[in-house]
Amino acid sequence: MSSKLYFRTIADLAAALDAKQLSSVELTQAVIARTQAVEPRIHAFNSFDEADALAQAAASDARRAAGQSCGPLDGIPIGLKDVIAVTGQPLTASSKMLKDFVSPYDATVTTKLKKAGAVLWGRLNCDEFAMGSSTENSAFGPTGNPWDPTRVPGGSSGGSSAALAAGEAIATLGSDTGGSIRQPAALCGVVGLKPTYGLVSRFGLIAFASSLDQIGPFTRTVEDAAIVLGAIAGHDERDSTSFQAEIPDYRAALTSQRGPWKLGIPKEYFAAGLDPEIATAVEKAIAFYQSQGCEIREVSLPHTQYCLDTYYVIATAEASSNLSRYDGIRYGHRSAVGKDAVDIYAHSRAEGFGPEVKRRIILGTYVLSSGYYDAYYLRAQKVRTLIRQDFLHAFRDVDALLTPTSPMPAFKIGEKADPLALYLCDIYTIGVNLAGLPAISVPCGFTKSGLPIGAQLIGQPWKESNLLAIAHAYERAHDWSAQFPIF
Amino acid sequence: MNYEAVIGLEVHVQIKTQSKMFTRVATGYGHEPNTLTDPVVLALPGALPVMNKAALDAIIKAGLLLGCEIAPVCKWDRKNYFYPDSPKNYQISQYDQPICLGGSVEIELPASARNLMGEHKKIPLTRIHLEEDVGKLNHGATDSLVDYNRAGTPLMEIVSDPAMHSAEEAYAYLTSIRATMIYGGISDCDMEKGQLRCDANISIRPVGATHLGTKVELKNLNSISFVRDGIDHEIKRQIAVVERGGTLVQETRDYDGQTGTSQSLRSKEMAHDYRYFPDPDLMPVRVDAEWKTRLQAECPELPFAKQRRFFEQYQVPYSLTSVLVWDRMLADYFEAAAQLAGPGKAQAVGNWIVNDLLRELSRGSAAAVGDAALRPRSPARDGGLAAPADAHALATSKVRPAHIAALVNMVDAGTVLTNAAKEIFIEMAATGDQPAAIAEKRGLCAAPIDTNELETWCRDAIAANPKAVAEYKSGKDSAINALKGPVMKAAKGKANPKLVDETLRRLLAVM
Amino acid sequence: MSSAPALDIDHIAKLARLALTAEEKATFAQQLGDVLHHIEQLAKVDVTGVEPTAHASPIFNVWQADVAQPGLTVADALRNAPAQRDNMILVPKVVE
Ligand SMILES: [Mg+2]
Ligand SMILES: [Zn+2]
Repeated sequence: MSSKLYFRTIADLAAALDAKQLSSVELTQAVIARTQAVEPRIHAFNSFDEADALAQAAASDARRAAGQSCGPLDGIPIGLKDVIAVTGQPLTASSKMLKDFVSPYDATVTTKLKKAGAVLWGRLNCDEFAMGSSTENSAFGPTGNPWDPTRVPGGSSGGSSAALAAGEAIATLGSDTGGSIRQPAALCGVVGLKPTYGLVSRFGLIAFASSLDQIGPFTRTVEDAAIVLGAIAGHDERDSTSFQAEIPDYRAALTSQRGPWKLGIPKEYFAAGLDPEIATAVEKAIAFYQSQGCEIREVSLPHTQYCLDTYYVIATAEASSNLSRYDGIRYGHRSAVGKDAVDIYAHSRAEGFGPEVKRRIILGTYVLSSGYYDAYYLRAQKVRTLIRQDFLHAFRDVDALLTPTSPMPAFKIGEKADPLALYLCDIYTIGVNLAGLPAISVPCGFTKSGLPIGAQLIGQPWKESNLLAIAHAYERAHDWSAQFPIF
Repeated sequence: MNYEAVIGLEVHVQIKTQSKMFTRVATGYGHEPNTLTDPVVLALPGALPVMNKAALDAIIKAGLLLGCEIAPVCKWDRKNYFYPDSPKNYQISQYDQPICLGGSVEIELPASARNLMGEHKKIPLTRIHLEEDVGKLNHGATDSLVDYNRAGTPLMEIVSDPAMHSAEEAYAYLTSIRATMIYGGISDCDMEKGQLRCDANISIRPVGATHLGTKVELKNLNSISFVRDGIDHEIKRQIAVVERGGTLVQETRDYDGQTGTSQSLRSKEMAHDYRYFPDPDLMPVRVDAEWKTRLQAECPELPFAKQRRFFEQYQVPYSLTSVLVWDRMLADYFEAAAQLAGPGKAQAVGNWIVNDLLRELSRGSAAAVGDAALRPRSPARDGGLAAPADAHALATSKVRPAHIAALVNMVDAGTVLTNAAKEIFIEMAATGDQPAAIAEKRGLCAAPIDTNELETWCRDAIAANPKAVAEYKSGKDSAINALKGPVMKAAKGKANPKLVDETLRRLLAVM
Repeated sequence: MSSAPALDIDHIAKLARLALTAEEKATFAQQLGDVLHHIEQLAKVDVTGVEPTAHASPIFNVWQADVAQPGLTVADALRNAPAQRDNMILVPKVVE
């Protein structure tokens, strides 16, 4: 455990807060000071409000003093990706389009975190409208990876992973449409959990691709992920795609659910293009589980090669429609060029959106357009069925799948200019979104040059408890999460 | 050459709900601008739709009333197009899996006279689907202002087959749909409030041809008489173009009811490509037998079916049923009074309601019935019939069905005479007192007549009018009337006409 | 779908309401051409008899009872409006 407050875990800090060894104001001040110190190099935040955070912290301290603590998150500074609505706070999606937008309402996860007493801290940078894998697509500039600020933190939730890794928050929330939590978690050496589709409400989450998006936590440990998930999960009447699932005590499950488990190794995830150092690290993780008595089985997900194409058809189609609302009429950037409504739309959107967003809107509009729908969108939805069946088939024999999270470690900012090359960052993560499964990335080592490596565990639908317990077993036996970037 | 018009209607009906189609902020009309919004209505970043159960109930009910097949499973699609009144720039609608399929609307065409029943037809429906309304644009000279209060109101789109052939049919169709929706409690269908809106697809072809001609979409038929006038106008315009040797172009035209003209809407928009796809934010709807059965039980008898039953059950003529059945409350009122009055008295009951009660009600609430042209009524052209009173006036009228039944029986028994009964009715409407009490109080009862005395007067009349007696005996029934005058005169007008008639016939029979 | 159909960037940009520059059009057309070429391989999958998946795990009949709840104040509704007048959103005259 780090001696530095801002590098400690929720579990540890909650105990210290409960024991009155520490106040939330002290903790929040430490996080603010750390943020102010490292932000010039990291740029994880689009905005933050120190006074507001300290007021929340003081309120938390008052609750604890009155014996009315709301639980382990009470008083813990948690950062939110800038796609999650908080009343009275900016909500930009890292886009010029929403540069001045202030949300008049709370996302459901925001309401839940407020109820849990968390100190909501800052709006975290990301790829514009969550489209990207490097956080370079932000209209407000890229975020640096705390392990090497000349490199990307991954994306799209790169601000969330970088802020946590750099000690600018104790936990953060991100959103994951095709790997946007797990890949940046891997690249920044933190835990990132993408829950089963429907477990966490999307109400108040700026939509990228509605059938794929899911909010999840970034934390230092699996235990912390269990704590945050417990606070944000659950049915929401305002999200029609939210499930009426019983929410178990995820934290208790970490120790109550015991192996040995059966783990599947999808052979398609260890093919050409995988960085050899990552392959080695993940193989060591496999060996660890084997040493613990777990049964390791090679499995096949035969439609893996079609995941990327399926994903880019479905995600861009949904996005092209989801982003239609950004038109400069009711809110958002309005061009001064337009003379009539049609002009206003076209110019406001041309000025407000960055190149990657435009590319995806164009692609998504195209695949839905007259004459192409069947060949692209409908066909992709059918292939999606096959992809999901692959996973469900594999889960007849195994409890979880173990794979690399990202085919490569953090790359240099500006290194990947070709969109297609960037799309390949997500090859191990997007299948999970298409199938609606839960998956977690846990740190599993470092490259020789000191960049973090993540392993991905993919679980059965709704079995987060099991997934977290499997990840926790690995984490307990390794000390990756006790290592911090040096500044 | 003779031409036949082919007309299909797309009717949008706002469903009467408390909250919007996909969010729970209130619906309403006439509120201050932008006071009925929330993040979902305004399509704020992150907002998500959730279905309104009552709107689903309403459309299924509409489907059942119109004999549609209710799809066991339906889904939601996004119709993508940009317009400032559409906050998301897509409308949530139903594309290839609408909730109601097929079905038909029964219509009645005007007959040669208004007391005759016209021809009935069934106009087949293609589908009915559910969607959401858009906001309202207020156009100024140089700019437009947008109010999103209406945006998101549940909207039902009823699409007919291209199966109508005249403006008259379209008019009857719309009238029938409106009555059905009001009957089912689905919508108030107030066209002034935009609760019922109609677009027409119109083409012409030579009589006997089976192909469809070039289709023109006529928009903004926003009053029920504009529908008839606009379609009439468009049919004439198309025939004129063709007869001049011109060619019709597929277009959308805007009808101006004030000037009775239409003009092409040359949209600046490119050709539409709505890019429909299933809305990923919403889950599909599954309608099981139990749900349908429950709603079926709530479905009222529709006007034409009621009319047929009234003919059967009460033997009341068309001239009465054509007024009574178009207003559900009025029809119920009639039935209650007819039941109370007893067998054989339904026609008298109906006469009192149609002639006297409706007159009293419209007198009492002249303002409320001012938009009588917008209410369901007989499809008979140019009405002339009393417009059914508004629901409030009927519900709060002091004249209850029991009053009418009692009055009918008093007349029938000869306790009061017709003229006296009219006076009693007026007072009854003002005070709500029982007719017997009014008759008593105001001395309007027919004098009790000694039957011996009556028989004497009748014998005198028969003796004094041999010519009439001879005519009657030879089969001219109406000749008996000539005998009644002297009897009534002798009775000073207070004899019961029915009793006079009976007595005369009895005496004549034994002669 | 054997070879990638040419993407009519002008038409699609119009549908998407994006006023792209000539340079953007050229770049996007080339980049998206590559992506579409990649996507072409979906044509190789045998999807005979396969139902499309719109939701990973569909549930039916997710609704709320028809009970009106308070919405936004006018001030909150118009808080982010680029232009407004008389409590309404102001737009240049909409030409039909
Ligand atoms: Mg239509
Ligand atoms: Zn419609």
